[in-house]
Amino acid sequence: MAFVAAISKRSSTVRGIKRPSTPYLLLIPGLSWLAMFFIFPLFTLASTSTQTAPEGADTGTYVQTFRLANYIDAFVASREQFLRSIIYALIATLLALAISYPLAYAIAFKSGKWKNLLLVLVVAPFFTSFLLRTIAWKQILGNEGPVVTVLRTLHVLGPQSGLTASAFAVVTGMTYNFLPFMTLPLYASLERIDPRTLEAASDLYANGLTTFRKVTFPLSLPGVVAGTLLTFIPAAGDYINATLLGNPKTKMIGNVIESRFFEIVDYPTAAALSFMLMAAILILVMAYVRRAGTDELV
Amino acid sequence: MVDAAASTKGDLHLTNLVKAFGDFRAVDDLSLVIPEGSFFALLGPSGCGKTTTLRMIAGLEEPTSGKISIGNTDITYAKPYARPVNTVFQNYALFPHLSIFENVAFGLRRRGIKDVKEAVTKVLALVELGHLAERKPVQLSGGQQQRIAVARAIVNRPALLLLDEPLGALDLKLRRQMQIELKWIQTEVGLTFVHVTHDQEEAMTMADTIAVMNEGRIEQMGSPVELYESPRTVFVANFLGQSNLVKGKVEGASGSDLQVSVHGNRIVVPSARNFAKDNSDKSVLIGIRPEKISIEHPEANTLGGGVITDISFVGVSTQFQIQMPWGQELSVFEQNDGGASHLQKGDTVALSWKPEFTFALDGTADVDAGTSVNPDEI
Repeated sequence: MAFVAAISKRSSTVRGIKRPSTPYLLLIPGLSWLAMFFIFPLFTLASTSTQTAPEGADTGTYVQTFRLANYIDAFVASREQFLRSIIYALIATLLALAISYPLAYAIAFKSGKWKNLLLVLVVAPFFTSFLLRTIAWKQILGNEGPVVTVLRTLHVLGPQSGLTASAFAVVTGMTYNFLPFMTLPLYASLERIDPRTLEAASDLYANGLTTFRKVTFPLSLPGVVAGTLLTFIPAAGDYINATLLGNPKTKMIGNVIESRFFEIVDYPTAAALSFMLMAAILILVMAYVRRAGTDELV
Repeated sequence: MVDAAASTKGDLHLTNLVKAFGDFRAVDDLSLVIPEGSFFALLGPSGCGKTTTLRMIAGLEEPTSGKISIGNTDITYAKPYARPVNTVFQNYALFPHLSIFENVAFGLRRRGIKDVKEAVTKVLALVELGHLAERKPVQLSGGQQQRIAVARAIVNRPALLLLDEPLGALDLKLRRQMQIELKWIQTEVGLTFVHVTHDQEEAMTMADTIAVMNEGRIEQMGSPVELYESPRTVFVANFLGQSNLVKGKVEGASGSDLQVSVHGNRIVVPSARNFAKDNSDKSVLIGIRPEKISIEHPEANTLGGGVITDISFVGVSTQFQIQMPWGQELSVFEQNDGGASHLQKGDTVALSWKPEFTFALDGTADVDAGTSVNPDEI
């Protein structure tokens, strides 16, 4: 404390300002990081998105022509993947919510001395790389894997059909990969609920279901909003799950951007698609947050 | 939904109630009757089982054995939401996401009552917080939240209102004010209040009947005056106010009085105030409250040769610590009416009191029972 006070006192006398300047000093590293690695690339990306290739130039050479029609062309060419990304991400988010809510609820209220162990287990997959986990998921869903074997025995799946290289695999893969992002915020907001408010609800004639509907769920809404955002946003831009678990008909916008950038070397289209994805997510998220009215929650 | 509140009425009966957690019996074979319409206090130190008892009445804990009934209705295993009992929780447990109005209306709505406005407005007026109906709980002070917690419970007109240390979180001045208000509300609405507290003063101010609990059992039950003037156990004598307890031996009886020898002095105790069980060596503990002792006026019971070791002035009275010839320190409170103002540290004095103020307790009991717990620390 004394150290901080001394610094702020000195710096404010140097500049002749009465206000303590420590908070602003502390902002500098973060802000410069953001400026260098976020704001600047954003401008570069914006500039790239309106460039065109001059006549007869080498592959990968583009000049600035401010061609906004790049956006329309890009959108028309990959409308399908765009829509698919949003839909897949939505389904994965809803699935993750359905799986995570009971899990987070059990950890927060029913786990007793196992609480910490269970939380570690939720985070444990992060100790392996994202790529490896997705490949592992491919093994699990593979024709020799346990899921298909069981389903074939139960005659849910025919002897020739499998689960990999399908929309099912892509969506379940995303659900699996983003599950901790859903579980942890849910747990955090459920854990904050005072168990006595739940007792009060049951004391005031609310049975288990009504207590959940009227007290537990509304009080956990901040966690629901945070969890769904943390799942939906990366899921919408993801391309690894679609690459490893999908087929050409399950390509997402992330795959399109990746191939435009690295394979076709069509930088302007890739940049324009990136911008549109960003805008689409931003609009959806803003509408959602406004609808959920999170700022009114405690 | 359940409208139990209207159908069940009557006295609350607890019969042989036991709650065990493993080997530990938090509530040990407790039986009592709380009459309808009374203000009843369960008083005891922390860990005495009073809160567990309350939670079993509310349905938040299931008894290990025994029975709970209201009137003729057995509610021992009824779900909390299906019994005509409402609770004012220790930290109020208001719903943070609902407005004050909706907090109060919660119970009514769950019971399927459509038109809640009149009842809620009325009860908010009763606790004088009608103007805060649209606020959220966080925007209220502790005292206001406390009153909303009471309003949220009594709006349902339960057969029984349980209060779990409801004033514990308030500062002293506000606590005094709320004690008077709660008592007033109880008279106004005429419900049975069961109040759990560790604060003996709070219990004595508000309750008609107090049950003093210790180690899962009831030590003594009665009106505040009865408990204070005639404590039947050492625990009650020490937990409710202060007592001087001196070892003595029963010498004999004359008429309605008991003659007791106390370190060579003859002390008279009315036989009716002898609460000691007979034992072979006839030992008893003689009890006298500090304010009953006079240093100046000779009375029938006298213990001489005491030396004043400490004097503290507390406004309405002066408290003396007096060391007796056998080493024990006794307390004496003298009113500040000028009579004892000349006394100084080191003076040798005689302590006198009227025999009818004396009580006799079991001589084999631990003299310090009930003193080691400091109620303000809990």
